[in-house]
Amino acid sequence: MTPELGNFALALACCLAAGQAVLPMVGAQRRDPRLMALAPALAIGQLLALLYSFACLVHSAIQDDFSVQNVAANSAVAKPLLYKITGVWGNHEGSVLLWALILGLCGGAVALFGRDLPSALRARVIAVLGGVSAGFQLFCLTTSNPFDRVWPAPMDGQGMNPLLQDPGLAFHPPILYTGYVGFAVPFAFAVAALIEGRVDASWGRWVRPWAVAAWCFLTCGIALGSWWSYYVLGWGGYWFWDPVENASLIPWLTGTALVHSAIVVEKREALKIWTVLLAIGTFSFSLSGTFLVRSGILNSVHAFANDPARGIFILGLLGLVIGGSLLLFAIRAPSLTAGGVFAPVSREGLLVLNNILLCSICAVVLTGTMYPPFMSLLFGKTISVGKPFFDATAAPMAIPLMVFMGLGPMMPWKRAQLWPVLRRLWWAGALTMVAFALMAWRVRDVLPLLAATCAVWVIASSIADIAERIRLFRIPVGASWQRARMLPRAALGAALAHAGVGVSVLGLAAMSQAQHRIVEVHVGQTEMLAGDAWTLTEVRAAPGPNYTALIATIEVRHDGQLVTVLHPAKRTFASQSQTTTEVAIHTNLMSDLYGVLGDRHENGGETTYVLRLHYNPLAPWMWLGGLIMALGGVLSLSDRRMRVGAPRRAATAGLVATS
Amino acid sequence: MTRKSRRLWLVGGCLIGLGTATALTLSAFSSNIVFFMAPSQVHAHPPAADRTIRLGGMVVAGSVRQQKNGDTPTNQFDVTDGQDAVTVHYEGILPDLFREGQSVVAIGSVLADGSFRASEVLAKHDETYMPKEVAEALRRSGKWDPRYGKPPDAASWNSMTKTATSQDKAAPQHGS
Repeated sequence: MTPELGNFALALACCLAAGQAVLPMVGAQRRDPRLMALAPALAIGQLLALLYSFACLVHSAIQDDFSVQNVAANSAVAKPLLYKITGVWGNHEGSVLLWALILGLCGGAVALFGRDLPSALRARVIAVLGGVSAGFQLFCLTTSNPFDRVWPAPMDGQGMNPLLQDPGLAFHPPILYTGYVGFAVPFAFAVAALIEGRVDASWGRWVRPWAVAAWCFLTCGIALGSWWSYYVLGWGGYWFWDPVENASLIPWLTGTALVHSAIVVEKREALKIWTVLLAIGTFSFSLSGTFLVRSGILNSVHAFANDPARGIFILGLLGLVIGGSLLLFAIRAPSLTAGGVFAPVSREGLLVLNNILLCSICAVVLTGTMYPPFMSLLFGKTISVGKPFFDATAAPMAIPLMVFMGLGPMMPWKRAQLWPVLRRLWWAGALTMVAFALMAWRVRDVLPLLAATCAVWVIASSIADIAERIRLFRIPVGASWQRARMLPRAALGAALAHAGVGVSVLGLAAMSQAQHRIVEVHVGQTEMLAGDAWTLTEVRAAPGPNYTALIATIEVRHDGQLVTVLHPAKRTFASQSQTTTEVAIHTNLMSDLYGVLGDRHENGGETTYVLRLHYNPLAPWMWLGGLIMALGGVLSLSDRRMRVGAPRRAATAGLVATS
Repeated sequence: MTRKSRRLWLVGGCLIGLGTATALTLSAFSSNIVFFMAPSQVHAHPPAADRTIRLGGMVVAGSVRQQKNGDTPTNQFDVTDGQDAVTVHYEGILPDLFREGQSVVAIGSVLADGSFRASEVLAKHDETYMPKEVAEALRRSGKWDPRYGKPPDAASWNSMTKTATSQDKAAPQHGS
């Protein structure tokens, strides 16, 4: 019964979404306040129906209702409860439903928090979100319905891929999806603005908080995904440049550009058309990323083990959303009043430079990702583009980006002089030089050395920016503190996010100097790596809930002093006859000791084990940096001016301040 | 600064950005693209010794040998596409999903003696799925039609290599 209720709720949500797409739009066109007032009610109704539908699917999974095909294919009685719940979105059908639910949440959020938007703009934004929702719910209902029944119902499910049974992965998809889908709101704002034919400073102010919020989630999602592959896959790697990862990086790059160009719209009423295009582009990349790559549509064009109806539906839907919005852009963009053109040496000049560089990197990543499928479709050649390609293209372009990143926040608007800015950054520059000299001593590779130097520069100049604003050491410390408290949160957030980029890049650069050894040892044998002695002391078998494990004990000593005891393991899952590797990691935030247990060999009475030992300097910094970036975003979201629907409140606050 | 010269700055900046991106992409494409080859292609047109390729096919059952070279474990196995087999040498831990009789992709280069030295071995698949490129290579060598269900195991590939290699011999391998 529950699955049918869920199915019904999903159908209801789809109808509400269709209404939400049409009625408020007509209302805004005819200036009919009653129709426009329907928008929030419909959005919240749709959200409630989706929540109910999703709860029904979770309920079926918890209850082990194997008559539901999706549950039978992805769950099993023996699976722990946490993974029964998170397994709901660990497969195609469930993840489409989660996707629709998050889109519904976005619509609900605009309905709830956008009360101070002009009513016509709000009605149009909600209507656009409703249209996208309706399309994807229809996709879910017709081609990938998670509530389909199977008869006869099996006694037990087929179980979930053991690799996915991990707490990190459990929360990675919802966060990443919130990032992807969150960019639907800036997209809806862009389409609404194109329909209205008006983009002004206040539009920039309204759209920015949504873009920043989505960007925070996307940043966290990418960092979490990278962390997951680091500690689960057991290769010692963290980013493989595979299409699924690139599909999240591409919207992140354009989204970062959007977050910055919206500032120019807000402050200077320039770059308006470009910002609208970025908003459309970012969501288009999110959409095509999730659906083309993740659900294997590119494979199904290849007629390989995938439902062709699904592929055609999704291609049609993508064509409609992306093509439709770009067509609207082409028709309406020329009628938007162009903003001012400005001097290259100024805050806005550097923001434009940031946009150019980010979009160039994005173009490179996009080319590298799309080239192999196109080559195989058009010429039948199978090629692959991997890490060497991206290292040779994306990395060199990131270096000038970081150099200018340090200068940007210090630049005044409109017309700036380079010299005073450089003079205020002198100690950051000096620190960077010292860091370069110190690192050049140890590191011989050019690219990591340059990247690490730039990272130091970015961190130092972010600190310099804040120190300059509060006039640290130039006025009494108490007065500086007073200034720090009065500082706009957006400035603090920007500095924090920039510093986060620096921290991440330092981690990435240091990881290129990581060392590893693959050894075959017997119990009791000691191996040296990066000055540490690793001793395999014991290997024992232990049962788990739905697997059996082989657990090794490795003692790591530095100069005879015990550093840590690692317990890497191998788990064998009976239900899938699959083995997974459980990596053991010891971190002290400056470096990771990373141990992997490999095969067991019996040669002539002696049992040996293959071990993979890694020494990864600064590895945690990569993800820590991502977290700092997201924190910076959150901090700037808490800025008074960034509050959603700020105009009225900001206006009164301004009055109070002046009176 | 006039409006015109400011606009020139903007256009120039865009051109430099995109130009650099294009130049970097083209130069990286010429040296960093990795081609996929099946064992029979490796034998027909051996790639240059310094060229990295992806070799894909089925692991021949019974061909996996593991030795110890000092403290480093080394693996040796044969990869076949049903027409030819190439011996792969790999130092390191084989992935969890590596099995005899299943598909595999090895990244590395061909040595002078015709054997293959892999720097990385990938086996990211289960029994029902094989890498697209391996499936394509098998299909092209006329050994397996994806419409007729699962691929047969590598042992039967070997026997087919010795006998005829026509399409209709392979087609009756239905699983469904």
